[in-house]
Amino acid sequence: MTIVESEETPLELESAGGQPPAEKPLGAFTRPQGGNGWKDWLFTVDHKKIGIMYGAAGLLFFVIGGIYALFMRLQLSRPGNSILSAETYNQVFTMHGVVMVFLAAIPLGAAFANYLIPLQIGARDVAFPRLNAFSFWVFLGGGLFLLSSMFIGGWWENSPDGGWFAYSPNTGVLFSPSKGIDFFAIGLQITGIASLVGAINLIVTVLNMRAPGMTLMKMPILTWMLFIVQMLLLFAMPVISVALFLLTFDRLFGANFFNVAEGADPLLWQHLFWIFGHPEVYVLILPSFGVISEIIPTFSRKPIFGYPFMVFSGIAIGFMGWGVWAHHMFASGVGPVAVAAFSVSTMFIAVPTGVKILNWLATMWGGRIRFTTPMLYATAVVAMFTIGGLSGVTHSLAAADSQQTDTYYIVAHFHYVIFGGIILGFFGGFYFWWPKIFGYFLSEKIGKSSFWVMVIGFNLTFGPMHILGLQGMSRRIQTYSSGQGFDLWNLVATIGAFMIAIATAMFIGNVIVSRKAFKAGKTPAPGPDPWDARSLEWMTASPVPEHNFDETIHVEKQDEFWHRKWGKNEEGQVVRRATAEEVAHDGSNTNVHLPSPSYWPLVAAIGLPIIGYGLIYNLLLCVLGGLFVLGGLYGWVFEPVDDPNADNHDHGDGQDSYAELETAEVTNASEDTTIE
Amino acid sequence: MSETTTLGVSHDKLGMWVFLGSDCLLFGALISTYMLYKDRIGPTDLGPEEMFDIPFTSVSSFVLLMSSLTVVLAITALRRNDIRRSRIWLLSTAILGAIFVGGQVYEFTAFYREGLGYTTNLFGTAFFTLTGFHGVHVTVGIIFLMSMYIQSMRGKLTSAQEERLEIIGLYWHFVDVVWIVIFTIVYLFPQ
Repeated sequence: MTIVESEETPLELESAGGQPPAEKPLGAFTRPQGGNGWKDWLFTVDHKKIGIMYGAAGLLFFVIGGIYALFMRLQLSRPGNSILSAETYNQVFTMHGVVMVFLAAIPLGAAFANYLIPLQIGARDVAFPRLNAFSFWVFLGGGLFLLSSMFIGGWWENSPDGGWFAYSPNTGVLFSPSKGIDFFAIGLQITGIASLVGAINLIVTVLNMRAPGMTLMKMPILTWMLFIVQMLLLFAMPVISVALFLLTFDRLFGANFFNVAEGADPLLWQHLFWIFGHPEVYVLILPSFGVISEIIPTFSRKPIFGYPFMVFSGIAIGFMGWGVWAHHMFASGVGPVAVAAFSVSTMFIAVPTGVKILNWLATMWGGRIRFTTPMLYATAVVAMFTIGGLSGVTHSLAAADSQQTDTYYIVAHFHYVIFGGIILGFFGGFYFWWPKIFGYFLSEKIGKSSFWVMVIGFNLTFGPMHILGLQGMSRRIQTYSSGQGFDLWNLVATIGAFMIAIATAMFIGNVIVSRKAFKAGKTPAPGPDPWDARSLEWMTASPVPEHNFDETIHVEKQDEFWHRKWGKNEEGQVVRRATAEEVAHDGSNTNVHLPSPSYWPLVAAIGLPIIGYGLIYNLLLCVLGGLFVLGGLYGWVFEPVDDPNADNHDHGDGQDSYAELETAEVTNASEDTTIE
Repeated sequence: MSETTTLGVSHDKLGMWVFLGSDCLLFGALISTYMLYKDRIGPTDLGPEEMFDIPFTSVSSFVLLMSSLTVVLAITALRRNDIRRSRIWLLSTAILGAIFVGGQVYEFTAFYREGLGYTTNLFGTAFFTLTGFHGVHVTVGIIFLMSMYIQSMRGKLTSAQEERLEIIGLYWHFVDVVWIVIFTIVYLFPQ
């Protein structure tokens, strides 16, 4: 029976615990009804709305982090500048790193994961819709908590100043007496909870909610990469949690985990941080790898080259990502054996990454390439990431690395990887899925020009940093004196940084202009499948209706949607079998039973930042925050499972005309679902 | 089972397994920290060998392990729809867990009186942090169990809740297994 079940998965969402819908255990708890306006967003449990909110929040934080960067570049634009004091500069580069890594790159990856994973595996929602909402609100609360450190207790008085890696013992009360590091530790603890909860949710979704026939090796590469990312988050987050707990206990309760005067070992922090921190690097990059693995085949009109190699190289990166953390510590005195071992493992991890680059190139090779904006971004990722990857390999040579450590060469390397690899990929993803998500095209004209401004600006910013670094310019120094050969390249980098800012503004402008043009009827509606794409998310209307798909999709092939549109004739030529409109669902099935919105994820999530402020300022606030969390969780557990109007059940199965699937097992499975 | 899933396991149960996988790393990091710092004591401080009362902790460990048995009995009773027995075993599990936490509180105060405070030395800091985190886990488990028990007082415990209890049982077993590791590494190794 279980085997039958694993083949026949109706899209019906879980009714938690299998309780009958009408039950109202404590009477007072009713669920909010859907509707329009802000309430709909606040209490939503829809993975698409949550994905959009993740994306919007991530972009907002990206802009904020970018503003920090612009201030840094202004300060460094000429020697001996005094726009920022040394203290403020410390805070600004710390906040730039923290905001970009934890509040921009991770949530933008989470945006793609939340929106696209259920669609790509043919599911109606994630496994735990309310948990999904909870994880978003916790993330947002933690992010705002971190940023509030700028204002609380005076302007720039209590901002974190230890770098995003927060090396001990610099983060001890002795060396960082402001409350900045407390905000850092507790804020990241909170966003960590969001990542962990989201990871559990999405792992269960991918393992347990695939459409019938969608085996693991038929999943789109994006879903695969995002799945690996969730695995990495799942195992990396508790490690940084422990590190942050220890740091918090040091600062708040006088523990001595990182107090060298009491015999502590400051390397403990470095190990814990980088055991998290290096998998984290792949948490950031793999979503982008997935995004361009969807874009490149679509615009090359070829299936991805070497699908299993793409999957297994992703898995290999995920595994090996755990064995290279000490290459961040070559200059920390970890000993010759460790240095040699991590040096070798770091060289090795370049191999699966190289496999991926080769496969993207081979996918494009001989393809009929259309250089749309998403495709431009995707090719730029391949080129820029290769540069960043190669400079990364130069760090694996420990002897060279001990010269490069803490110079701008490192800054150049990881920005080529993070900006060139991740942010460019995400922008490509925005242009690619925008018509699917919002139902209108972004302007290609503005898109292409902003692409060129961004790529040129990016190379002007970070390219010269290679030279600066090799000339010996240190990171994290707020100024330099002239006559060291740093002047010209710093000015160039500053100009480049402002070009990136202009390109980002052009993107935001593009959204506004394109939306207006569409509303005025000047641009055509994209239809379900504007790019002749391959995976299941294109097999439903744009924008995606709330219930995703009208009926269960039975998957037979990898790139199922493409194979329904195209087939081979007798001569073996690829010919169109059906148009996208014929294949795709039009979203007209309004009878689908969906989980109701809920108040409680938001209530529970609000408690966490309150506890955070309480830990820093007044323990009484912790009690209040704790009440929010506990009350939220109990309300959550005891709220009625379904909304009262949920009688109109439609599982959407049994309507397909797939004769071979109309077997006794199918009836068995649907009997199962009618029992409840 | 009312819903069908790709793997044939319910979302809730799979979610708990995934979470426990993550929790392993939490304790892994805490245990590593303890291992690093266990010998870092001042010249006049008492070390692990002098501090630990092995017979006492063995008894409380035994109590915790027995609670793993009682939670299984509660689950099987519920599966047979024997609500009365299930409630008894549920309550006994919670009580056994509470005895363990009580023993830990007693142990902590005893150590404190003997001169090992949270900030006395790195051994103390790491020890209290590691065992404290475990104690919090047990306490959360007791809250789960008592929530189920309170539900049962309102007549809401039926065999339909079997899976929910099973998931709590998974968590409870995990906390026990972690304690076996901690007991071995922290208490028995120095002997």
